[in-house]
Amino acid sequence: MSSCKILDRHPPAIPGLWQYCTAIVGYCPLVCQVRTGTCTPYVVRVNLATSDMAEITQTQNALPRVRRVADDPPDSPRSVGWTEGKSLRIVDGQVLALEKGGSISAIDVEYEMYGKLSKAKDNVVLICHALSGDAHVAGWDKNWEQTGRLYRKKHPGWWDTVIGPGKAIDTRKYCVVCPNVLGSCYGTTGPASINPATGKPYGLSFPVVTVSDWVKVQALLLEKLGIERVRCVIGGSLGGQQALEWALAYPERVERAIVFAAAHRLSTQGVAFNAVGRRAIMTDPHFNQGEYYGRPGPDHGLAVARMMAHITYLSEEGMHQKFGRQKKESDTPSALGGEFEVESYLRYQGQSFVERFDANSYLYITWAMNHYDAADRWGGGDLVETCKRLKSKMLVCSFSSDWLYTPEQCRQLAFAMCRAGRPVNYVNVPSNYGHDSFLVEQEPVGKLLESFIGGEEGGER
Amino acid sequence: MMRKNLETLKPLLEKMDPALSKVSMEEIVAAMGQAGEVELAGAPSRWEDQVIEKIIPKGARVLDLGCGEGELLQRLLRSKQVLGQGVELAPEGVFGCVARGVPVLQIDLDRGLKEFPDGSFDYVVLEETLQTLRRPIELLQEMLRVGKRGIVSFPNFGFWKVRLDLLLGGRMPVTKQLPFRWHDTPNIHLLCLQDFLDWVHQHRVKVAEAHVFAEGKVRKMQEGDNLYAQQCLLVVEK
Repeated sequence: MSSCKILDRHPPAIPGLWQYCTAIVGYCPLVCQVRTGTCTPYVVRVNLATSDMAEITQTQNALPRVRRVADDPPDSPRSVGWTEGKSLRIVDGQVLALEKGGSISAIDVEYEMYGKLSKAKDNVVLICHALSGDAHVAGWDKNWEQTGRLYRKKHPGWWDTVIGPGKAIDTRKYCVVCPNVLGSCYGTTGPASINPATGKPYGLSFPVVTVSDWVKVQALLLEKLGIERVRCVIGGSLGGQQALEWALAYPERVERAIVFAAAHRLSTQGVAFNAVGRRAIMTDPHFNQGEYYGRPGPDHGLAVARMMAHITYLSEEGMHQKFGRQKKESDTPSALGGEFEVESYLRYQGQSFVERFDANSYLYITWAMNHYDAADRWGGGDLVETCKRLKSKMLVCSFSSDWLYTPEQCRQLAFAMCRAGRPVNYVNVPSNYGHDSFLVEQEPVGKLLESFIGGEEGGER
Repeated sequence: MMRKNLETLKPLLEKMDPALSKVSMEEIVAAMGQAGEVELAGAPSRWEDQVIEKIIPKGARVLDLGCGEGELLQRLLRSKQVLGQGVELAPEGVFGCVARGVPVLQIDLDRGLKEFPDGSFDYVVLEETLQTLRRPIELLQEMLRVGKRGIVSFPNFGFWKVRLDLLLGGRMPVTKQLPFRWHDTPNIHLLCLQDFLDWVHQHRVKVAEAHVFAEGKVRKMQEGDNLYAQQCLLVVEK
């Protein structure tokens, strides 16, 4: 038996070393349930000294939902397997005018693609990633070493739980495309890329880019790939705003769109949270007006920005469940603190983010997040007018404990569509995982994805 | 024994409710056999759907409040090409709608319909939901603001077997359609057909059409149906 993660010890304890626990059993070919990736918890008898397990019995709905059991390994029939980022030059020489002025004369877009494009090219599912995401949405990156993206070594793509053969977005049926956004640091042109005019990284000379610019670039990418129309465009958070922007900017090219945990704009509170993180980066002594490539960068600032942001991705009750007030008691208490588990968790989140993200990209992407307002862009500030543009089937989904894009904001977006005379789906999923729920609640999210994307062309107009 | 008791009781019953004079002794005896669980068998489930389908014209804008898994709207989307919007709070209903391709908003009707503009739908349907609402009258008024016509259906607690069950059994009636006890029922505002008609008259609402399930079949509403109708469906407009 490989490993197990104990979720819960069942009191009263059985005398001796053995105790009954509810556990998530690690990947193990002997347990077919685990192999197929279901997250059914097991009741096991665990030797507390050696962590040996015995007597596995499956429990039925005895427990709250838990995070995924084990990642589907690359050889699992439910994994898209080894993946490889591809890159296409979308703009070369000619100038792409950007929404806020400025232009870029060379744009490469990194994207990943799984599943087979049908002859009619009508089975494309476009996935838009969020702030810190990348094109690697499912499977295992076979080039993690060459590209230095070490974080991909131990983890599959960021939404592997719902994308793959037989999963909610079934790659046997659909052709999944996920591009990295303009201004990011995962292969698509951004502030860390070399400006062909100077031979140096752009840094802050990179023009400001917007959610609309991202979508425009994605549309160009799809044109290059010969894809005229998508069956569904999907995103969560900032990705959800891209999905909305897609449906508004290209109503004829989007059959369906799903907006998870996002609204037509970020709340003032959201802008305020971003302000703290952005300030931390800009005041880091190593920031040097964005010209830090090739030397130590504003790592501390970026780490603090991530810590701050991470709090907004969780919820109060979720944090309490995960960490409580657990702490390591110290013999020599210090005002510097750091004993609480939640503190070390956030520090770890900050640190590991620094290893994989570029501070300038963080500034550009949060700028785009702050400034996006679908109503300003398409309806002169009137959201209902804006929604009259829509022609796609729309699904807006919020999560009860999300305080970054609250259920109320998502509901208002859905109602604006309704007031515009558009039939709409709005679902509020109960969850403790806060804003991150769309990544974690694989069961309800998967159900929605599967049925909404797979829905027939009904009588609906 | 029971029959003998009833013979003595009948004048009393009729005095308490003259409507009961229309009911034969045999019917009363038959009903008594099931006292405690009033037999309302016969009403085919979702009988209203067929009636509603006939009422709603092609291409109409339809808002279905408390739409469940979207069975009615799916039917109307297919046969009448309506512009349909469902509203449902229960997760299983909402997921069912999404699976059927029926647009659904997961919102609480007790929060009202204020987000829906005046006259934005041709028909607003409230099927078997009225009695579950906290503020049913407010919602009825809202329905007639948001829609040109409202279609309302509900179980009639004026039905004679229900009355008799309460009268003789002395406990809140439990019926096949509403198999709940007083404390666990979602039906918190039970009403009789006559209660609804009173509201209609008081608020100068017009009844455009009325159908009932009574005496084993679906038919147009008639005088005295407060006693005979098991379930009612009324089309109302301002």
